[in-house]
Amino acid sequence: MAASDSHKVAASAERSQLRERAADYLLRRHYFHWPEALPWLIAIAAFFIFPERMTFGGQVLIMVLFALSLDLILGYAGIVTLGHAAFFGIGAYTVGLLIARFGWSEPISSLIAAAALAGLGGFVSGWFLLRYRGLTLLMLTLATAIMLQETGNLRSDISGGYDGLPGLVISPLFGVFDYDLYGHVNYIYVLAVLAIVFYFVRRIVYSPFGQALTGIRENVWRMHAIGSPVHRRLVAVYSIAAAIAGIAGALFTQTNAYVTLTVFEFNNSATVMVMLILGGTGRLYGAFIGAVVYMLLEDYFSKLSPTFWQFGIGLLLVLAVLFARRGLLGLLEDAGKYFKKKVQP
Amino acid sequence: MAHYANIVVSILFDGLAYAMFLFIVSVGLSVTMGLMGFVNLAHGAFAMAGGYVVVSLTRQLGIGFIPALPIAAVVVGAVSVVFERYLYRQLYKSTDLEQVLLTIGLSFMAIATATYFYGPIPKSVPLPGWLEGDVNLGFRSFPSYRLFLIVLGAVLISVLWYSFERTNIGAKIRAAVDNRRMAESVGINVDLLFTITFAVGSGLAALGGGLAIQLFGLSPSFAVLYLVLFLIVVAVGGLGSLKGTLLAALVVGIIDTAGKYLLADAGGFFIYAITVLVLLVKPAGFYGRE
Repeated sequence: MAASDSHKVAASAERSQLRERAADYLLRRHYFHWPEALPWLIAIAAFFIFPERMTFGGQVLIMVLFALSLDLILGYAGIVTLGHAAFFGIGAYTVGLLIARFGWSEPISSLIAAAALAGLGGFVSGWFLLRYRGLTLLMLTLATAIMLQETGNLRSDISGGYDGLPGLVISPLFGVFDYDLYGHVNYIYVLAVLAIVFYFVRRIVYSPFGQALTGIRENVWRMHAIGSPVHRRLVAVYSIAAAIAGIAGALFTQTNAYVTLTVFEFNNSATVMVMLILGGTGRLYGAFIGAVVYMLLEDYFSKLSPTFWQFGIGLLLVLAVLFARRGLLGLLEDAGKYFKKKVQP
Repeated sequence: MAHYANIVVSILFDGLAYAMFLFIVSVGLSVTMGLMGFVNLAHGAFAMAGGYVVVSLTRQLGIGFIPALPIAAVVVGAVSVVFERYLYRQLYKSTDLEQVLLTIGLSFMAIATATYFYGPIPKSVPLPGWLEGDVNLGFRSFPSYRLFLIVLGAVLISVLWYSFERTNIGAKIRAAVDNRRMAESVGINVDLLFTITFAVGSGLAALGGGLAIQLFGLSPSFAVLYLVLFLIVVAVGGLGSLKGTLLAALVVGIIDTAGKYLLADAGGFFIYAITVLVLLVKPAGFYGRE
């Protein structure tokens, strides 16, 4: 009798310990971990080590931001889209048109305008499109991006058509820091914007709202069954991701001082998806690794031979789908676990 | 008045020829997607491969254009079985995203391979004499190549319709598209069925690729350039439906042609607008299962 009681006590103690550990994990999940400082330190170090490559550096950071916005909807909410370039394009053209047609060249306010317009675009299109799934959703998002491009082409008197809007002059940042030829100011500016947006995205991901998104990704019927407002949540995150993609597009125009209708192309949507997949979806820093590795490889190999680069990126995708579905970060995690096991068998 | 009638006839004629091309390439994609729900973005790459096989056969081996078409269809159909068996098969149960990524990757590799062997410049093929020039049909003359395309398309539609609706294997395919698990439980080998339809579909895509050379010229980017149109035809028509694919091909072909004749600047805008409208109202397409 007494023996079985002590058994029960031990079992319940073990259970409560487990429960405590689970609660602990959930509580501490969003705490700052030291490895998280690494990408930021590298970004700052790059500024001092490669001062002559800062224009390229700015472009890399913009793609990180773009991939991060896709991670929010693809990695966390599980929305598969082939038209994310639509929002990048809206942001890019907002800045371009403000300068070319209205003479408004102040960078920060045009950045906010770009985010607002792209977010609005995401809200309107998401409201209609996010009822659909599978092939229908793929085609609808793809068609939306192409329709924007065709609209731009149709009104080439405003958009500049396929020649785009060249030679845009951007006012100095805060009226003080002028954009230099080497892109130093621009790099710091883009990095600061990325850091602010990243903090915001990180908050979203670990919030109850982010938790609900993961639930929708894992089992949408179950979320419906427990009464979660699925459509409203999807539209909300789609609008947020669209606004962030719009910011990336705005920074793209400000960095390059030109914009053409190719920003809306399927290629742009596909490239950002490839970056995210290579890095790893649904893990925030996948966007960093994917975009940086992709841009560096492209920079090196496409100079050697564009054909070779295209073949290589295709092969990488096939291999990633077959053997590394969680991307480079997933591979790193697996390697980390493997070594941990080796150390303490 | 006669002028307007002439334009309308031209639009319908060119649109019909274009629709036949779209139907020949898309029908295989529609049936394979309907059977397995596999999102195959590499279908355009099979069409492109067919085009380049035709170019090689006619330019390097001196085989005539007409016999080269079925040879290309058989070669590409046979090669596609290898891809189906060893790559696609592993992802039947995977998510849309993984299927999209695998097939985009394959398309990139196909484009790079074609660029390496054939160069980025568009290719043409030598046509037999009777396919060049115009044919007079009494009330006006038409380009003979497009007329050939329409006749060939009509023949293929009849053959496909017969094998889909009147043969044993067609009945099995329809059963598997309707309810795959039920079809399997009454003893239909859906895996084998899928391999067969995949091979036939890729072969037809290759045939379409060969036929397209004369219409648009053939360059490596063909694999993705027209892919969007094939996917639109499949999505608007409804997965796995022969009737739907034909109707969607006609709608897309004629509207795109009309748009290019009447409003050259608007380009492809109309097709995309119509795609969005149709899919918003009928998410599964004209004849798809909801």
